[in-house]
Amino acid sequence: MKKYAYFLGCITPLRYPNIEASTKIVMRELGIQLLEMNGASCCPAPGVFGSFDLFNWLILAARNLAIAENMGVDITVTCNGCYGTLQEAAYILRNPNKRSTINETLAKEGLSYEGNVEVKHITEVILDDIGLEKIKSLIKVPLNGLKVAVHYGCHYLKPRKIRGHGSAERPTFLDELVEALGGEAVDYKDKMMCCGAGGGVRSAFSDLALRYTLDKIRNIQAAEGDCVLNPCAFCHFQLDTGQKELMESKRLEKPVPVVFVTQLLGLSLGIPVEKLGLQYNKVPPYYLEKIGLKIA
Amino acid sequence: MPEMSKVLLSISKAFQEEIVSKGSKIFDVEELLTLNSCIQCGSCVGSCPSGRKTAWRVRLIIREAQLGLRERALSKDELWHCTTCYTCQERCPREVMTTDIVRIIRNIAFEEGYVQPRHVLVAENFFKTGHSIPMKEEIKEMRRDLGLNEIPPTTLAYRKSLEEVKRLAEYSGFKEKLEKVKK
Repeated sequence: MKKYAYFLGCITPLRYPNIEASTKIVMRELGIQLLEMNGASCCPAPGVFGSFDLFNWLILAARNLAIAENMGVDITVTCNGCYGTLQEAAYILRNPNKRSTINETLAKEGLSYEGNVEVKHITEVILDDIGLEKIKSLIKVPLNGLKVAVHYGCHYLKPRKIRGHGSAERPTFLDELVEALGGEAVDYKDKMMCCGAGGGVRSAFSDLALRYTLDKIRNIQAAEGDCVLNPCAFCHFQLDTGQKELMESKRLEKPVPVVFVTQLLGLSLGIPVEKLGLQYNKVPPYYLEKIGLKIA
Repeated sequence: MPEMSKVLLSISKAFQEEIVSKGSKIFDVEELLTLNSCIQCGSCVGSCPSGRKTAWRVRLIIREAQLGLRERALSKDELWHCTTCYTCQERCPREVMTTDIVRIIRNIAFEEGYVQPRHVLVAENFFKTGHSIPMKEEIKEMRRDLGLNEIPPTTLAYRKSLEEVKRLAEYSGFKEKLEKVKK
């Protein structure tokens, strides 16, 4: 059985634990073992802590990598921010000179990082370790033509040189997952645009972040998407909680439900809606009835 | 001497050098020197989602860095309007490391006390919990209902780990910078 250290980060355990729960259930179902990373901290966030002090950012990221290295396993994540930080830190710390500088500081706490950890997003685990063919064979609830608008999230794809997933302008892998599950992947205007939350914008200029989200949601509505699929806890937070905020300030009338990648996959695998925690997304999962499901 | 030459002669390389030297702890110097390759074509601004909504201009900040206009670059609020989406960096025909240069300029701004109050709270929360955001009672309940431990197995559950993280953020020099900013 393949094993990963599950790096939780902040938004997943502290705002959307339904992402954590659905990921654990779906991975168990798919035969992937997720191990807890005891004592892990914030990744720290690439556009926030990276914008304050990159040296501090790298040291704290290296500490998180070192936890997994001591466990002898690679890391998986459910947030593009955590992915952004930890995958980039692992990339930078393959350079022995950079590593020795960071290890000088880590040594003060009796820690070291030797450069042996790979960081894989949960989407990569789904697509590369399991694969679409295997997933197709496990479908119990086909999505039945559900119109799914994919939001990839910036830090999953960019910088391309580090992420290594090919095109950042026209990626297709999550759309292919939607189609494999029996849904229809809908295209929409400015599909690759950021959710608005990154780089400390949500915390310092929440209204600017919401303007991104409003554009995104209107474009998805114009394309008649039934829901937004995304692989990032932070984008999920912005798109889901953000729509609630937009409705409260009367800028949005009708919201579009947001679904995390392991939640949609979990539905297809026949896992009960409540176990995936869909009742805890702020925008109710109106799309469920289209696939013959409902919240009990 | 024609007027233009005087302008050119007054350009200070000091800010550029500061950016490259700060960034070199993390990135390769060769990548950082792409700062000099910018030809002001504007592909970055045309690609920038914040640029559509605010006065933030990536091209301008790169120009200010090239010309040594340090205060102007560091002091503007718009510097913090970038979501670090990397669209400009990916599309730059001269392969300038735009987004990462923005992060480095923000590092310098932070040190100089140009900081958003809400960002100070995020940083303070890190020193309290090891996370960027606090736990909430309603989330504990949600976690229980979903069959998860009320407190996740992070620095929130491990006091010694939290102390370790706080000390590392002190050794890195970050704690001191944060204290200075708060004054």
